[in-house]
Amino acid sequence: MTRFFTILSALLPGVVFSVASAADPFRVGEFASLTGASASFGQSSHKGTELAVEEINAAGGVLGRPIELITEDDQSQAGQPATIVRKLISQDSVVAVLGEVASSKSLEAAPICQQNKIPMISPASTNPKVTEVGDCIFRICFIDPFQGTVMSKFARENGWKKVAVLTDVKQDYSVGLAEFFMKDFLANGGQIVREQKYSTGDKDFKPQLTSIKASQPDAVFVPGYYAEVSLIAKQAKLLGLKVPLLGGDGWVGDSLLKVAGKSLDGSFFSSHFSSDDASPKVRNFVDKFKAKYGEVPDDMAALGYDSAMILADAIRRAGTTDSGPLRQAIASTSSHDGVTGKITLDAQRNASKSAVILTIGGGGFHFVKKVEP
Amino acid sequence: MIEFLQQLINGLSQGSIYALIALGYTMVFGVLRFINFAHGDIYMLGAFAGFYTAPKLLSLTGGGPSYAGAALVLVAAMALCAAAGVIIERICYRPLRAQPRLTVLIAAIGVSLFLENGGQFIFGADPQAFPEIIADSAIELPASWGDFASLTITIGQVIVIGSTVILLAALRTIVLHTRTGMAMRALSLNPLAASLMGVNNDAVISFTFAIGSAMAGAAGILTSIQQPSIDPLMGINAGLKAFVAAVLGGIGNIPGAALGGVIIGVLEALVVGYVNPTYRDPLVFAVLILVLLFKPSGLLGKAEREKV
Repeated sequence: MTRFFTILSALLPGVVFSVASAADPFRVGEFASLTGASASFGQSSHKGTELAVEEINAAGGVLGRPIELITEDDQSQAGQPATIVRKLISQDSVVAVLGEVASSKSLEAAPICQQNKIPMISPASTNPKVTEVGDCIFRICFIDPFQGTVMSKFARENGWKKVAVLTDVKQDYSVGLAEFFMKDFLANGGQIVREQKYSTGDKDFKPQLTSIKASQPDAVFVPGYYAEVSLIAKQAKLLGLKVPLLGGDGWVGDSLLKVAGKSLDGSFFSSHFSSDDASPKVRNFVDKFKAKYGEVPDDMAALGYDSAMILADAIRRAGTTDSGPLRQAIASTSSHDGVTGKITLDAQRNASKSAVILTIGGGGFHFVKKVEP
Repeated sequence: MIEFLQQLINGLSQGSIYALIALGYTMVFGVLRFINFAHGDIYMLGAFAGFYTAPKLLSLTGGGPSYAGAALVLVAAMALCAAAGVIIERICYRPLRAQPRLTVLIAAIGVSLFLENGGQFIFGADPQAFPEIIADSAIELPASWGDFASLTITIGQVIVIGSTVILLAALRTIVLHTRTGMAMRALSLNPLAASLMGVNNDAVISFTFAIGSAMAGAAGILTSIQQPSIDPLMGINAGLKAFVAAVLGGIGNIPGAALGGVIIGVLEALVVGYVNPTYRDPLVFAVLILVLLFKPSGLLGKAEREKV
């Protein structure tokens, strides 16, 4: 008799577990810079991703199973993405990885995901080298060869023929975007009157700005990240450099205007998303985001949201999370209706999307125009 | 020419910051013969002290940025940093005074790491926006100066350079014309003899740390006027450069620290403006290596022979 009960109690856990496995969540890894110099990027993209995952789970999950989002902080430090992505893949056994915003960090993690054949979707890395790492690496945003031409064309349209360029040599994003801008600008009759450099983390830019001011440019292209750009703008105004500053999507950060104050008024930058967009899909997203987080979403949040939605849709289409089929499902994403536009991935696993140009004034960003690829 | 002068002004302003921090290194070395590696982080504490006290102090002087308010913030930060310096000396360095030099040096590195990581934990690792305590703007130079009128000198730069000069003069007065200053000089020559002459070594050493830390705190506030983005790791780079400045001028020599600071600041500005910004840090450390190779006692220091 006791023997019977022993066997029964040994079988019970098996019964319990087999019932539970039907609702086992899909584990999706996310790595982002939640703290540190580019904390704004990570915080924004994480909030967007989290909102998307919540929505998906509230609607019943994917293939009947919820998504479990495992987020790790890379502290905005080089070297960390590699460590935490390794941990996500080997310890947490994630089926896919979402991240990162900064191209340098995506470039660090991509080889690891490629080696382990875990699909990685970057929401906002624009340097072309990221997806060149391998066929498991995807991105849902435009790339810098396009973004460089956007600002170059805008500068020429405004009659700014002489431009100085101030690059962050420590970031692949900045170096790449500067190169593409200069190539297009020079090819179309523009003049690059001075090239200056700085490093991420620098606080004093007066020597570089003094040199740029002496070259008398019509505008200055600063394809850097918001932490340094805010100080550059402030010091430029102090030095009497009154020409507009031009930039890219790296400008989008919450401390940009807090530190720069009015010194960025009248400057322009290219970006993925405008929260002023009147389309119903965007308004819906902005309202939901405001309701949950009490703030207006920026483009990193919108891209984070779209990246999670696209991953969920791909899992649905593949019917499984096995690497091969999932990879193919992501690669064949076509006309996905995202909050940052219609997203179709091309053969290089990049998205061909329109950019928006925003200007700064009155303490906020304002929509200027949309540029189609 | 104008560009060169402009870079000189930029360098002078940045060099003043290095000079203020270098004073702390040099005074502590002069009195105790040890390099306080945590000194750069006192500079960071000064900036954060200003960050947290500025809102309340500015509201005492009418709400917005003002000279009176800025002076209050400066004094508050200097006082808080002086206290921090004295506490650190009391807890971490005094018990180790009888130990070999290496022990207290490693302790200083430990204090530095503690302050940096503790700062990240308490203040948060993200850069914070330092509040505006002075309405900074460029000074309009009279048109009669011709070409030179296109130079840009900001009020912030004038305040930094002016404050540094005042603080240096005050320090010189204390060291040369007060009894405590005399005690400090006596201690640096021979601690045992000084104590036999009635100098309270402990009190003088605490005083030295207090003054050095107050200077670093002032540097923290003055920097934040021009570069209003502060984070817990900001002391690393500035501390290292100020250390090089102190060595360049002659470690233990107070005017040397000021001179070294200005030279490093100007060299940096010239390299960044005319050569290549990526060479800024390598240049400063190359200077360190050259000084140690060719004139280890520094520009103003005297070669000391240690009698064994």
